[in-house]
Amino acid sequence: MSFNSRLLIFITALLLAVTYYFPLWVISLEAPQYPEGLGLHIWINNISGADTHDLNKINNLNHYIGMKHIEPDSIPELKIMPWIMRVVMVSGMIVGIFGRRKLLLLLILLFLAVAIAGFVDFYLWSYDYGHNLDMEKAIIKIPGQSYQPPIIGSKTILNFKAISLPGIGGYTAIGVFIIWCCVWFFDFRKDRK
Amino acid sequence: MRKRRTMHGLSLLILFILIGMIGCSSSQEMGGTADAASKVYVPPGSYDEFYAFFSGGYSGQVTVHGLPSGRLLKTIPVFSQFAENAYGYAEESKNMLMTSYGFVPWDDSHHPELSQTGGVPDGRWLFINGNNTPRVARIDLTTFETVEIIQIPNSGGNHASPFVTPNNEYVVASTRFSLPIPQKDVSIDTYKENFKGTISFIKVDSATGEMNISFQIMVPGFDYDLSHSGKGPSYGWSFFTCYNTEQANELLEINASKNDKDFIAAVNWKLAEKYVKDGKFSTMKVDARHNYLDENHVAISDKITEVRILSPKDCPGLIYYLPTPKSPHGVDVDPSGEYIVGSGKLAAQLTVHSFSKMLKAIEDKAFEKEVDGIPVLKYEAVLAGEVKECGLGPLHTEFDGKGNAYTSMFLSSEVTKWKIGTWEVLDRIPTYYSIGHLMIPGGDSKQPWGKYLVAMNKITKDRYLPTGPELAHAAQLIDISGDKMEMLLDFPTMGEPHYAQGLKADLIKDKQVRIFPIEKNSHKYVAKSEDEARVERKGNEVHVYLTTIRTHFAPDNIEGVKTGDKVYFHVTNLEQDWDIPHGFAVLGNLNSELLVMPGQTKTILWEPKEVGVYPFYCTDFCSALHQEMQGYIRVSPKNSNIKISY
Repeated sequence: MSFNSRLLIFITALLLAVTYYFPLWVISLEAPQYPEGLGLHIWINNISGADTHDLNKINNLNHYIGMKHIEPDSIPELKIMPWIMRVVMVSGMIVGIFGRRKLLLLLILLFLAVAIAGFVDFYLWSYDYGHNLDMEKAIIKIPGQSYQPPIIGSKTILNFKAISLPGIGGYTAIGVFIIWCCVWFFDFRKDRK
Repeated sequence: MRKRRTMHGLSLLILFILIGMIGCSSSQEMGGTADAASKVYVPPGSYDEFYAFFSGGYSGQVTVHGLPSGRLLKTIPVFSQFAENAYGYAEESKNMLMTSYGFVPWDDSHHPELSQTGGVPDGRWLFINGNNTPRVARIDLTTFETVEIIQIPNSGGNHASPFVTPNNEYVVASTRFSLPIPQKDVSIDTYKENFKGTISFIKVDSATGEMNISFQIMVPGFDYDLSHSGKGPSYGWSFFTCYNTEQANELLEINASKNDKDFIAAVNWKLAEKYVKDGKFSTMKVDARHNYLDENHVAISDKITEVRILSPKDCPGLIYYLPTPKSPHGVDVDPSGEYIVGSGKLAAQLTVHSFSKMLKAIEDKAFEKEVDGIPVLKYEAVLAGEVKECGLGPLHTEFDGKGNAYTSMFLSSEVTKWKIGTWEVLDRIPTYYSIGHLMIPGGDSKQPWGKYLVAMNKITKDRYLPTGPELAHAAQLIDISGDKMEMLLDFPTMGEPHYAQGLKADLIKDKQVRIFPIEKNSHKYVAKSEDEARVERKGNEVHVYLTTIRTHFAPDNIEGVKTGDKVYFHVTNLEQDWDIPHGFAVLGNLNSELLVMPGQTKTILWEPKEVGVYPFYCTDFCSALHQEMQGYIRVSPKNSNIKISY
């Protein structure tokens, strides 16, 4: 691979550090009573409210439907994720140094596997919260209603519209992934010629 | 065929022109109203451009309106108990209304005054005077809550108050009714020899806003009416009108209207500071109160036991009197700081004094006489000009920052616009009826927002749908952006606004507190979560640590209370969500309800006399299950063995 390609891989691997400082995913909740907005930020190591007291507000609203309290400390994935991202970053830097296309392909596959595992985990987690409700304590019971937010896109849940989109950290990770794929593809095509 | 079509077209065209003309003529007739309506229309969901703070007069409170719509936004309780949110009823707020006379649940609030930095409103605090039991209150403009009240000793009727100096160095207070100082049992007929007035300067802490009386000046026993501080070149001075220089003590209506001229007192507070520093004061024992909220919104009441008194005789240059015709009410300093407008209530003209001429007259010793060691300057030596044929009964003047002044005329019921410097009357507009004060947002500061003027009228009569003998006072909004004043809107106000202050909404709207963080609540009786909710007995006192969150109380069933107990409900609102207060009320309570903001703890006392089971409930519609937010408390006979349980 060319020096420029290797430099690009190295720098973009470093760029993944953005995911430590900005949320990966943002779930916004829109309702008439919340003109000021309400939402959740999913970080690499935490789940927080979009604003200081949002998590508290959401947990309080959730008691109407019997949903469990969202306790970031009780989600083990949030402790593992930062390490996995570090592995991806270091791997990226190594690939940048050695500049082997095969290694780059392995890196892309590793990142893809991490991403898929992350989305599956996110889905299972939100499925659990959205479906496993305490029907004894639930105040509002609507047969067949699930309270699972979408992975991406929007969904109406009672009086709320839940909109799920990447955050700055998420967009950065997606961008880095696309750049790596492009580098591999152009290098592959150059050799074919 | 074609010709016929053209004919049709032509007749249609003529018809349109005719309709158009009719339309025009009717819209011309409607033009004034539609134009005025569009100027005060604030569409749903949009904000007013200005906040306006009106005093409540005999209601003792402050009301907040938006301008130009005139919409009422809030009542801020200040000097009067307010059952709606337990102000003065909740244990935490009772101390706010403490005075040396005891708990005074009412006052007469007259003049709101916004804090200033550099001579312009800074949107930090609003001060307001209590006239009857002399006090000054401070309202925090991030919570719209009364956070401090200081009682002014040696005063009887705190009227010329609480006007600020350009950087909140001081707010002033002064006695409208002179008194024997210190108080004593004397014949009222000895007024001239025994009665004195005081002018007080209250220091304002620039960081916290906390007020402390720095010094009082002992002045002759006149009636001190209104005040404004100097700015720009007149920075360092404050001006006070006084009437009853006749020193009458009966039938003042006649006996205090005899002198051709009364006074504006010019006080050099910068020099006063120096005299205080040099120790030229005497210390006097007094009894007054200083009440303020601590970090948990619990009012503390401290005693004020002494004040420093300056006497003009010992402090040359401290005060000069500017002769001003006929019982002046307002004293208003123009934005440049050079002109001092005195509104003689019974004078045929407005008197404008010049600050630079005043300094020259002092230098030249152009004195007419002395009153109790205070030099009276010669009228001609300080006069800048007179506004002739201004109207009848001038009371109060504000400015638009474009070289014009606006004066309210009580008797002729109008606002007169006149030009600073030429003293010519430019325009007049009638008001309905009998205007008292007027207000231009920032109109007494260095930089007025000269767009609107609010007339505060004393008599309403037929302006609104009648509501029995007692009518709401009418405020009127006047557009002053053009050459001609234009009446835009009437709107009702609460109590009797004596004065108002206004400022651009941007200065405060984004600083509003939405909730109080529960983790910072260190109230003695807080329950920070439902796990901490409990009931404790201490002798015949029962303390209920009650929490509220949508949509239940914890605990909600309480037993073991007995007749004769003092039951304190300490209600902590666990919500951390904007605009989710919870209320609390219990059957038969001889007290008010509670209204508790998110993260706050408030306490109400209940003393059950009869055996039974009493419901309590949330009074603020908080959620879909608000009606379910209720509980019971059981009251057993005094000698019963039932233990506290919940």
